[in-house]
Amino acid sequence: MAEFHIGLPLKESDIEAVHAGDYVYLTGTVYSARDAAHKRMTEALEKGEKLPFDINGSVIYYLGPSPARPGQVIGSAGPTTSSRMDKYTPALLDLGLKGMIGKGRRSEEVKDAIKRDKAVYFAAVGGAGALLSKCIIKSEVIAYEDLGTEAVRKMEVKELPVIVVTDCHGNSVY
Amino acid sequence: MIREVSCSLISKAIEEMCIEANLSLTDDVREKIVLAADTETGVIAKKILGQLVENMEIAKNEAIPICQDTGMAVVFMEIGQDVHLDGSLTDAVNEGVRNGYEHGYLRKSVVEDPLIRVNTKDNTPAILHVSLVPGDKIKITVAPKGFGSENMSRVYMLKPADGEEGVKNAILDAVKQAGPNACPPMTVGVGIGGDFEMCAILAKKALTRDISKRSEKPHIARIEEEMLEKLNKTGIGPGGFGGDTTVLGVNIETYPTHIAGLPVAVNICCHVNRHVTRVL
Repeated sequence: MAEFHIGLPLKESDIEAVHAGDYVYLTGTVYSARDAAHKRMTEALEKGEKLPFDINGSVIYYLGPSPARPGQVIGSAGPTTSSRMDKYTPALLDLGLKGMIGKGRRSEEVKDAIKRDKAVYFAAVGGAGALLSKCIIKSEVIAYEDLGTEAVRKMEVKELPVIVVTDCHGNSVY
Repeated sequence: MIREVSCSLISKAIEEMCIEANLSLTDDVREKIVLAADTETGVIAKKILGQLVENMEIAKNEAIPICQDTGMAVVFMEIGQDVHLDGSLTDAVNEGVRNGYEHGYLRKSVVEDPLIRVNTKDNTPAILHVSLVPGDKIKITVAPKGFGSENMSRVYMLKPADGEEGVKNAILDAVKQAGPNACPPMTVGVGIGGDFEMCAILAKKALTRDISKRSEKPHIARIEEEMLEKLNKTGIGPGGFGGDTTVLGVNIETYPTHIAGLPVAVNICCHVNRHVTRVL
């Protein structure tokens, strides 16, 4: 298990350097999107419309936070189960999505796309939402506000602790 | 003697219990996690368990929910037959949930229709299980249930010939299938007997029991202990990254069943096994 501190957006050299099982601290911009946002983004693509953010080179955090108390940036903010996004993910990877943060298994189709498109899938610790919220220093809803917790947020993270589950070399922890 | 109870008293209690459950785990679960963080031999596993301990402290001290999935509010109520309420029980429960999730800055995770999927924006309705019991008290258990683990739960309609081995295999199968998806270390609630829906309710009830205490039935207590050991040998480990700590507790509840059946429900919960009980 190696340890890395990586800035976002992910550089190709960083993606190639990390391997399944490595511990990584991420700093930079990530976008939150989960079930309902993925469905809407996919529908937007089918209609030929633009996505709410530039997917090329981006990192998505599968997250629906709890509301922030006054004075807080965000509420509890841990990962949700990634496999529910599997149906939508290969198309996003083919458009340039480079990183995903979630938890749990991915489908073979997603793993293949991660290799093909040279991307990486990280897991954050599920159930550690209070701790992880401390690594989010800025958060702003940028699309689909009506979805409540499932809206798309642009977030700045600092030293967010994650573990590489699936790397671009075809290796996976599980 | 009939005891008059105001619905507002029930609403207020449920509001407070929703918040309490989401900020602080019960001592039995907390102690198990702290102990596991100390004894775990896996390298990543130990690091993750350390984060879970730190997470519990931050949650308690800063009033940030332990997990962002603050759950669908499952409410068990045992209502004394001599109690009379001054209004609608269901409305009172939902009013409590609504206020708890709003005032406690908890996530609203409920959609109005399972297919149309528009968020109700107040986390109602709750899932309410009511039973009538002798007396004039009201016992309320609020157990907010996250769906990362709920999605990995299973019902097995076994045959009587499958027996104890069949039950054990079902529990092992459910935990293995849950694997990294259910945020291990998990707590496992098992319902054996009854019928299709009864075993599932028993499994959920089992999760509200102290995980440090075994079943009063010796043959069931033995299975609980055996499965705890067996599940921790699967090597799934915290977060699914390997280790000795896959499961914090296995609680089993039983009920009589039909001569033709052996229903088994396995309700998977993550380490954030939340439940608060009060008697009014």
